[in-house]
Amino acid sequence: MKHTIAILVEDQPGVMARVASLFTRRGFNIESIAVGHSEKEGISRMTIITSGDEKVLEQVTKQLNKLIDVIRVRDISPRNVIERELILVKVHTDSLSIRAEIIQLVEIFKAKVVYVERDTLTIEMSGDEEKVSGLLKLLKPFGIIEIVRTGRIAIARTKNNGQRT
Amino acid sequence: MELSGTEIIVESLKQEKVKVIFGIIGAAIMPLYDTFGKTEKLPFKNILTRHEQGAIHAADGYARATGEVGVCIATSGPGATNLVTGLANAYLDSVPLVAFTGQVPTYMVGNDAFQEVDITGITLPITKNNYIARRVEDLAPIIKEAFYIARSGRPGPVLIDLPKDVQQARCQFKYPDKINRKGYKPSYKGHVRQIKAAAKKIMEAEKPVIIAGGGIINANASEELQKVALKTNIPVVNTFMGLGSFPKNHPLSLGMLGMYGQYAANQTISSADLIIALGTRFDDRITGNLKQFCPHAELIHIDIDPVEIGKNIAVKIPIVGDLKYILHQLNDYLDERKNSSWLIEIKKIREKITPQLEEEKGELRPKYIIKCINEFFKGEAIIVTDVGQHQMWAANYCQFMHPRTFVSSGGLGTMGYGFPAAIGAKFGCPKKPVVCISGDGSFQMNIQELATAIYNRLPMIVVLMNNGYLGMVRQLQELFCDRRYVSTSLAGSPDFIKIVEGYGGVGFRVNKKEEFYPILEKAYEMNQFVLIDCQIPQEENTFPMVQPGSSINKMMGVEQS
Repeated sequence: MKHTIAILVEDQPGVMARVASLFTRRGFNIESIAVGHSEKEGISRMTIITSGDEKVLEQVTKQLNKLIDVIRVRDISPRNVIERELILVKVHTDSLSIRAEIIQLVEIFKAKVVYVERDTLTIEMSGDEEKVSGLLKLLKPFGIIEIVRTGRIAIARTKNNGQRT
Repeated sequence: MELSGTEIIVESLKQEKVKVIFGIIGAAIMPLYDTFGKTEKLPFKNILTRHEQGAIHAADGYARATGEVGVCIATSGPGATNLVTGLANAYLDSVPLVAFTGQVPTYMVGNDAFQEVDITGITLPITKNNYIARRVEDLAPIIKEAFYIARSGRPGPVLIDLPKDVQQARCQFKYPDKINRKGYKPSYKGHVRQIKAAAKKIMEAEKPVIIAGGGIINANASEELQKVALKTNIPVVNTFMGLGSFPKNHPLSLGMLGMYGQYAANQTISSADLIIALGTRFDDRITGNLKQFCPHAELIHIDIDPVEIGKNIAVKIPIVGDLKYILHQLNDYLDERKNSSWLIEIKKIREKITPQLEEEKGELRPKYIIKCINEFFKGEAIIVTDVGQHQMWAANYCQFMHPRTFVSSGGLGTMGYGFPAAIGAKFGCPKKPVVCISGDGSFQMNIQELATAIYNRLPMIVVLMNNGYLGMVRQLQELFCDRRYVSTSLAGSPDFIKIVEGYGGVGFRVNKKEEFYPILEKAYEMNQFVLIDCQIPQEENTFPMVQPGSSINKMMGVEQS
């Protein structure tokens, strides 16, 4: 079972290494990891996608909480969350007709062509996992030259009373 | 007041009331040692060991014997990497340490400079936290935080890397009053509702047993443990790390459990219906085959580290917090009870098989040596051991009466730990007798510390159980490899008496049983460093034992114990 874990950490040197090393050492799996500054100064937010049963997840959460630089760990997967990933894909375009076909796909997926060369197109798209993998699947037959992904980020929806879930 | 980085370190150590530091100098840490030299009244003793591993084990032994934070110092590069085993050892046994390492100047860090090593990277998984001080202004807050983190919550080792230019830079010094780390708030008070639920469960159980682990000693909760056990007449088994937390001669004490534990302890917890686990992490050496561990029992688990709860064993009532505080509270919710039928059942288990300290004449055997140590010191000495068969003999047969009188490497099983740790324990407790029980294999792993012990005129006794083998592994080869003793013979060992004499100490060799007690007496009266080389049978085994992977109530060699 996949889990999205949101972690608040203090911006200390080596904090990424600490979190990553913990996953490796304890045999937990990282599917993707994304890090950036949070709304508070000196505090960063990490989004980690991991997999495992409830027991594994409990250990992951506790072991992360044990790190001094980690302020808070939340498993936000079962909650009401908005998840996004940004990808850049470079695709082969052998002929004009293929290029037209790809551009059509780009429009359907509300993606963007960000760079054009004689025989390639570079596409930018953001979306949830379903949308990202959907586009990639359809682009594959054309010949994908390169994919760059940011890793998923997630944010919890706000409840009616203004409290964060 | 404006101070240099190294002056800040000395002042900070003074503020933390550090009394002794163990270390070895080197180029990158020279500024700090130079400040020791310039300081008129150095507020702590500066002890030079002969290997950095000796330094950190000594700091560790000091910490375990006193309950205070141990401090050690090493230079950059190889000095720092020599601390690695000691840090891992302290981390696995939850020992509060602060280790300082020299580092190349900040402008050279990352360039593979001479004696540069990424020690914070290397020690990341074996320290509770570590730091590299990049600016002199950071030093005092880092040291304050390091000591606080090392000793609070579940204790552990912390490392501070000190680039040479940071040691030499100057800034205003003010030692912070407190630290505030958002991500570090150990919880001490257990949940009241859980404590009440635990009390109810304890009163309802028919066959309750307490497993007292090292957490009792770290929390200084021996007294509270005894109150709870005595009020409710619940038998107590100790984990290896918990030895000393409950007096071994008490009728409720069943001794150590686990792979090399007592038969009665293992049988008792196997038939229990309630386990009250206090400050233990259910290491595999305790549980044996997890699936068959305590099949009839529900579990109350009290520990300060939430990670340990539910890690290996499913828990009915988990309580996170400080054992001293929680046991005190729990005691209030408990009523007196007699437990008669359960205690009679245990008595029957014990009568079936009780470890006998053998009486036969002639051969000098390990259990007899321990018996003499018990008779002579009556549980008042600090017993420090190395790792191997002698360690298990000591753990099983020494009459531990008080917490912090058993100092030994548990989780990591570090051969070479015992002797330097005994040196540290003696520095920490100069008025208590310190006996280091070691083996001919372990002792040679840090034998160079003879210089530290003898030069500093430490009155201590090393009892060397000399069987010419790496005995514990030899035993496993005997049992599981058809006696193919590959690489376990220690042929080529030196004459230990001559070695000790070479360092200026005193050594005695004991071959016969009747010689041992008088020599132990004499050694103690000499009030100086004495090594007793005990020639024990080469193929003496540590029994009973549980075969690795087997259930703990199935013990081999029960008849021999």
